[in-house]
Amino acid sequence: MILEALIGVTFVAALLVLLAPDAWAGRLAFVLSLLPFAGSLYLWSGFDAAGNALKGGDIAYATQVEWLEVGGRTVSWFVGLDGISLPLVVLTTFLVPLAIVSAWTPIDARQSQFYGLMLFMEANLLGVFTALDFFLWFVFWEAVLVPMYFLIGVWGGPRRKYAAIKFFVYTNAASLLMFIGFMSLTFALGDSVSSFALPEITGAIANGGLGEFFGIAGGQIALFAFLAMFLGFAVKVPIVPFHTWLPDAHVEAPTPVSVLLAGVLLKMGTYALLRFNFTMLPEQASALAVPIAAIAVISVIYGAMLALAQKDLKRIVAYSSVSSMGYVILGLIVFTEYGVGGATFQMVAHGLISGLMFMAVGVIYNATHTRMVGDMSGMADRMPIAVGILVAGAFGYMGLPLMAGFAGEFFIFVGSFAAPTLPYAPVFTALAMFGIVIVAGYLLSAMQSTLFGPFEIETDYDIGPAPFHDVAPLAVLLVAIIVLGVAPDIFFEMIRDAAVPVVEGVTVDG
Amino acid sequence: MDSALPNLAALLPVLLLAFTGLALLLVDTISPDARSNTSMAVVGAVGSLAALAASVWLVVAGSGEPITLLAEAIKVDTMALFFTAIFASVTALVVVAAHDYFHDHPSPAAFYSLVVFAATGMALLAAANSLAVVFVALEMVSLPSYVLVAYLKENRGSVEAGMKYFLVGALSSAIFLFGISLVYAATGSLLFADVAEGIGSLDGLAGVAGIGIVMIVGGVAFKTASVPFHFWAPEAYEGAPAPVSAFLSSASKAAGFVVAFRLFTEAFPVGASPAIDWVLAFGILAAVTMTLGNFAAAVQEEVKRMLAYSSIGHAGYVLIGVAALSQGSSGNGAVMGAAMAHLLVYGFMNTGAFLFVAMAERWGVGRTFEDYAGLAKRAPVASTAMAVFMFSLAGLPPFAGFFSKYFLFMGAIDNGFLWLAAVGAVNSVISLYYYSRVVKALFIDDPASSSALDAIDVRPTGLYAAVVFAAVATVLLLPGFGPVIETAEAAASALF
Repeated sequence: MILEALIGVTFVAALLVLLAPDAWAGRLAFVLSLLPFAGSLYLWSGFDAAGNALKGGDIAYATQVEWLEVGGRTVSWFVGLDGISLPLVVLTTFLVPLAIVSAWTPIDARQSQFYGLMLFMEANLLGVFTALDFFLWFVFWEAVLVPMYFLIGVWGGPRRKYAAIKFFVYTNAASLLMFIGFMSLTFALGDSVSSFALPEITGAIANGGLGEFFGIAGGQIALFAFLAMFLGFAVKVPIVPFHTWLPDAHVEAPTPVSVLLAGVLLKMGTYALLRFNFTMLPEQASALAVPIAAIAVISVIYGAMLALAQKDLKRIVAYSSVSSMGYVILGLIVFTEYGVGGATFQMVAHGLISGLMFMAVGVIYNATHTRMVGDMSGMADRMPIAVGILVAGAFGYMGLPLMAGFAGEFFIFVGSFAAPTLPYAPVFTALAMFGIVIVAGYLLSAMQSTLFGPFEIETDYDIGPAPFHDVAPLAVLLVAIIVLGVAPDIFFEMIRDAAVPVVEGVTVDG
Repeated sequence: MDSALPNLAALLPVLLLAFTGLALLLVDTISPDARSNTSMAVVGAVGSLAALAASVWLVVAGSGEPITLLAEAIKVDTMALFFTAIFASVTALVVVAAHDYFHDHPSPAAFYSLVVFAATGMALLAAANSLAVVFVALEMVSLPSYVLVAYLKENRGSVEAGMKYFLVGALSSAIFLFGISLVYAATGSLLFADVAEGIGSLDGLAGVAGIGIVMIVGGVAFKTASVPFHFWAPEAYEGAPAPVSAFLSSASKAAGFVVAFRLFTEAFPVGASPAIDWVLAFGILAAVTMTLGNFAAAVQEEVKRMLAYSSIGHAGYVLIGVAALSQGSSGNGAVMGAAMAHLLVYGFMNTGAFLFVAMAERWGVGRTFEDYAGLAKRAPVASTAMAVFMFSLAGLPPFAGFFSKYFLFMGAIDNGFLWLAAVGAVNSVISLYYYSRVVKALFIDDPASSSALDAIDVRPTGLYAAVVFAAVATVLLLPGFGPVIETAEAAASALF
C-alpha cells in the first residue's frame, strides 16, 4: 500500500497546489513535494526485492488488484519495485522539489497552475516507473504527456506553440506505434497468458508462447513488435534520427521543465526499452545487435557534433543529452551485467547531471536574459558560486572520475568491451568513447567564452550574484552527483541484482 | 424475477420520465405568466436522476432475465436499462445546463417538458420488442426534437436548422415505416422473435424483406447521423441551441443505436437469411461514416460545427458494434457491449463538450477557434473540463474514451474484423489533430484582443455544474470502467 500512498499523496498535493493562491503556490508545492521524496527514501530503506521484476524476481511493495477484463485477459492495478525501478523513483522524487525551487525566480504567471501541473506530472512519472501491468503503465505513460504539453505550451519561450505541438505529435505518434507493437505481441500469445501483467507476458514469451496470428508466424510478429516498440521508444529517448523534437522542446521550455524533461522524461524511453524490448524480446534484440549498436554510436557522435555547432547554451546541453542517451542504448544492447547495469546507472547519473546543467544555465539566464555564447563573457566575475557549480557539473558531464557520470560511463564501457552477442564490440566501444572527447571540446570552449575572461555583456539588467534559492538546488545536485560518483554501489548493487536476470540466457547467435 | 414487485415495475424508469414530463407541464400551469426557469430545471433534473437511479437499481438488483409486457410488445432487459441510464444521465446534464442557457428566454418552460418527453420516447425505444413500438417510440423522440432544434424562434439559424431537420426526418420516418411494412408483408409479424423466425423461411419473398431491411437501415442511419443520411446533422447541431445539440448528438444518437442493436440481433440475426447479408453493408457504412466525419471535422473553423462532424465520426465507431458481427462467433457480445460502453462514455464527454459550447454562447465570445483563444486565462475550470472532453474524445489514455475505443477495436479484431479496427485507429489519430486545436486555442493561444475576454462576465452555476460533473464522470469512468463494460457485455451477449 505504500506505493499507492506515494502516488496518491502526489496527486492530492497537485490538487492542493492547483487550488492555492499564486502568491505562495511555489512554497507550498516545494513543501508538499518533500513528502513523496521522504516516501521514496522510506521505500529505499525497506527495499527487499531480489532479481528482476519481469523475470520472476521478488518484487518489493507489490500490490495486484483486478481492474477489469478484456478479451479473456485481466487488467489489474499492479505496481511494485525492483532494482531497476527504485533508483528511478528516487531520482524522480529527488529532482522534482529541486526543479520546483528553481522555478521560483523565472515563473511569474499563473503559478498555482504551473506547480500543480509539475506535481501532477510527478505523480504520473512515479506511476510509469512502478506499474507492472501493461495497461496501467500505458495510462501513466500517456498521462505524462498532457501536463508536459501545457508546461511547454503555456510557460515556454517565444516559439512555445510550435515546440509544444511538435512534442505532442511526435510522442503521441510514437506511443501509438509502440501500442500496436505490444498489442500484436499479446495477440500472438493467444491463450498462453491470462492477463496484461508484464511478468506473466515476459515469462510466456520466454517459454515460446508466441503463436500464429492472422497467418503470420510468431517469430515474425515478435520481430515486428520489437521494431514497432523500438521506434516508439526511440522517439522518447531520443535516438538519432528521431531527436528533432528535443532541442525545440528544451529551448522553449522554462528551466524547471527542461530539468524534468532531460532528467526524468527521457529516462522513460530508456526504461521502457530495457523493460519491453530488451527484457521481453532478448532474442530479437541480439539478432539486431549490430544495427542497434550502430545507431547508439551514431547518436553519441552525431549528438555531440550537433552540440559542438550550437550557440545557445540550452541547445548545447540538449544535444549533449542525445549523445548521453546513446551510451545508454549501447550499454543495453551489449547484454552484459555491466552493460545493462551501467546503462541503468547512467540513467540516474545523467538525470542528475543534465538537471544540474539546465538549472545552472537557467540561473545565468535569469540574470542576463540571454543564453547565446557570443553575447557574454566573464560571468564568473559576477556570479562566482553559480558558475563554479556549472563548471563542476560540466566536468561531471565529461566523465571526471569520482562523479556520477564517470561511474555510469565506465560501467557501460567495461560491459560493452566484453559483449558476447555483439560482433566488433571493442570497435563500437572505442568509437563511442571518442564521443567523450567531443563533449569535452564543446563544453570547455562554451565555458571559456561565456564564463571566463573579462566581464562583458550588453544588457540593461543589473547582474549580481544569484539569489540563495537559485543556487541551493544546484549545490544539492552537485553533492548528490559526487556522492553517487564516490559510492556508486548505493544504487549499483541493486541495479546489478536486477540486471543479471536480463542478461542470463542471452547467448551468441549462430 | 422472483420478487414482490409486479412486472410493471420494470417500466419504472420509463414511467418516471413520463411522469416528470407531465409534472413539468403541471408546474408550468401553476403560474403560466411567470418565468419559472429554476423550478422547471429542478423538477426536470430530479425526475431524470430518479429515472437514472431506478434503471441502475434494476440492473443491480434484477436477475438479468428479461421481462416482457403488453403481449411481448415491450421487453425490459439489461440492454434497455443500460441505454435508459445513458438517456437519463444526458437529460439531467442538459436540463441543469439549460437553466442558465435560457436565462433570458421569454418562455423557457416548454423546453424542459419537450426534452423529458423525448427522453421518455428514447427509454421506450430501448425496451421495444415489436416494430410497431419501435416506430411509435421513434416518433415520440423525433417530434419533440424538431421543436427543440427550432426553439430559438427569433434566431434564423435555429429555425432553418429545425426546418431542415424536420424535412429530412419526415422523409426518413416514411422510409422507415415503409420498410417495416415490407418486412411485415414478408414475415407476417411485427414481433422481433417472430420476424426472425419468418426471415429464416422466406418463400420467394427474400427480395421484399431485403428491401424492407435496407429501408430500415436507412431509418437507423438517419437517427444515428450516419452516412448516407447524415446531411442534416451538421446543420441541425450547429443551428440548434447548444444544449439541444448536446441532447441530440448524445442521447438521440444512442437511441438510434439501441434500435440498430436490437433489430439486427433479434429481428434480423446475422446469417438468418443467406439472401440478406447486411454485415458487409454496415461495415462499409461504418468505415465511410467515421472517415467522412473525421475528415470533415478537421477542416471546420467553428467549434460547434467541428463537434457536429466529430459526432458523425463517433457514429462510425459505434457502428462497428453492428458491423463486426459474425454468425455464431463468441465475440459478438464483446464487440457490441464495447459499442454500448462507448456510447455511455460518449454520452458524458460529448454532452460536456457541447455544454461548454453552450457556455461560450452564453458568454457571447464567438463561435470559431480563434474566438476561443485564451479562454483558459479567465475560465480555467471550464477550460480544463473542455480539455478533458477533447482528449477523451480523441481516445487519449488517461481518460475513459481510451478504454471504450480500445475495447471496441479489440472486439472487432477478435471477431476477425482487423480492417475495421485499422480504419478506426487511423481515424482516431486524425481526430487528435482537430480536438487538440480546441485545447491549443483555449490554453496556449493569446486572445485576439485585450478586451476579448471581457465577455466572460458571469459564472453560470448550472452550466458550470453540468460541465464539471460531465468531466469528473469522464475521468472516473476510466478506473470505473470494469462494471460498465461487464454490464454492457452481459447485456449484449444475452441477445445472441
